[in-house]
Amino acid sequence: MARYGMVIDTKKCVGCQDCVIACQAENNVPQGFCRDWITTESTGKFPSISLEIRTERCNHCTDAPCVSCCPTGASHYHDIGGVVLVNHDECIGCKACIASCPYDARYVHPEGYVDKCTFCIHRVEKGLNPACVSVCPTHCMYFGDFDDPGSQVNELLQSRKYHSLIPEAGTKPNIFYLI
Amino acid sequence: MNEITSTRNNYTIDPTLSVWGWEIPVYLFLGGMVAGMMLISGYFLFKGRQTEKNCSCFYLPYMSVILLSIGMFALFLDLEHKLYVWRLYTTFQITSAMSWGSWILVLVYPILLVNILIKPPKFLEEKFPQVINWKKYLLEKPILLKNIGIITMFFGAGIGLYTGVLLSSLGARPLWSSAILWLLFLVSGLSGAAAFVHVIAKDVYERELLAKADNAFLIIELFVIALFIIGLKTATEVQAQAADLLLTGEFAPSFWVFVISIGIIIPLIIQLLAVNHKVKHTALAPLMVIVGGLILRFIIVSAGQYSHWFNSNFH
Ligand code: SF4
Ligand code: SF4
Repeated sequence: MARYGMVIDTKKCVGCQDCVIACQAENNVPQGFCRDWITTESTGKFPSISLEIRTERCNHCTDAPCVSCCPTGASHYHDIGGVVLVNHDECIGCKACIASCPYDARYVHPEGYVDKCTFCIHRVEKGLNPACVSVCPTHCMYFGDFDDPGSQVNELLQSRKYHSLIPEAGTKPNIFYLI
Repeated sequence: MNEITSTRNNYTIDPTLSVWGWEIPVYLFLGGMVAGMMLISGYFLFKGRQTEKNCSCFYLPYMSVILLSIGMFALFLDLEHKLYVWRLYTTFQITSAMSWGSWILVLVYPILLVNILIKPPKFLEEKFPQVINWKKYLLEKPILLKNIGIITMFFGAGIGLYTGVLLSSLGARPLWSSAILWLLFLVSGLSGAAAFVHVIAKDVYERELLAKADNAFLIIELFVIALFIIGLKTATEVQAQAADLLLTGEFAPSFWVFVISIGIIIPLIIQLLAVNHKVKHTALAPLMVIVGGLILRFIIVSAGQYSHWFNSNFH
């Protein structure tokens, strides 16, 4: 079994939004919506303030509440890498999954179904990286398999300090941020 | 300091989540009312009150069918992919409260229909004469009716608690992650139904009984609300902040005025006086209880969507 995920180096991310544009172009994301976005977080107390810029998207959680709450089975774990996907033809647009995602990673596509990041599974299946990872000018993103002990993403996690987003929500997110 | 800015901009998600509008609270409210009505009419059947001429167990099932259908229509309106609604019934998802709910609702209709057959409407008897035979068959079997009463109560409680479980199973919204939300919705549904029935009941005994019962439900509801808030306040920080939305925050004015004062305390005082024959029974207090119940659902649904794991950073 593979468990796909991303490691993102916040020391390299400059928040240029190339990933956001690449995603919109690659996946035909309708205008006014986004599957990924840039978050800027400043913490601390003057004069010791630190700034983290990071690119965010669906975390393809291992314990995804959006999958367990879906009444039709439209939200599901894909056979490849446990990627969380929505089957557009099965989704009734009840929006339970949107309410259940602590990361607000989903949105209602104007055509009525719920949509979100797919890790560009159509590219990954061809052996390519997701569009956002490929396009990043600072190479701050790494896509890989956490179940493979020798993978680059695992090596990165062993070599650096990292965090994930709202781990206390208990969803076991699969995107980690190097700090 | 902890300051977050985000370039995300998705309709009904940012800046605050509002994917569920009026349809869901209306559905939850009507579901709660029907749950209460089924509990009341089931109880009267269980007690063998179908021998009385004006038992409310004769007409509550009709009202339940109508209210439940309106509620389900509201739910349907909420769906973004309406034509695919049948997908709910081509699968059963064991971990999804919504999936459970949609199947329970399918079971509730035949139960209500059987209840209706105890005293079917005239036009039905004229059109389908065999209905009269079914009615006779049911009325001759008090034990069977007792069991129908139990099943009606069972499924009534099922819908009532499911309306709460639906929200509390969504852990991403701190206000909803309470283990007693189902109890709150169940008691609120019961008090709303009791208020409604005691105004329209034709039988004097039932009217008095339900007025007294409604007072008890309102008192229990106050306790459950207190427990709900204490539970959140003593949990994690995000949950405590979610409780503050009701206590002192954005939703506090409507919560204190409409839910607590107009929905519970004032009608409770009026009804206590009425039960003790100090003032006349009017529809005013029950109306307040019903409006309070509706606004409770609106507040819980909207404040729940407003509450977030990141909220602390938004202040
Ligand atoms: S980030 Fe949200 S949408 Fe993505 S898998 Fe996790 S819970 Fe589901
Ligand atoms: S909106 Fe679609 S994907 Fe989301 S829970 Fe409902 S049916 Fe499932």
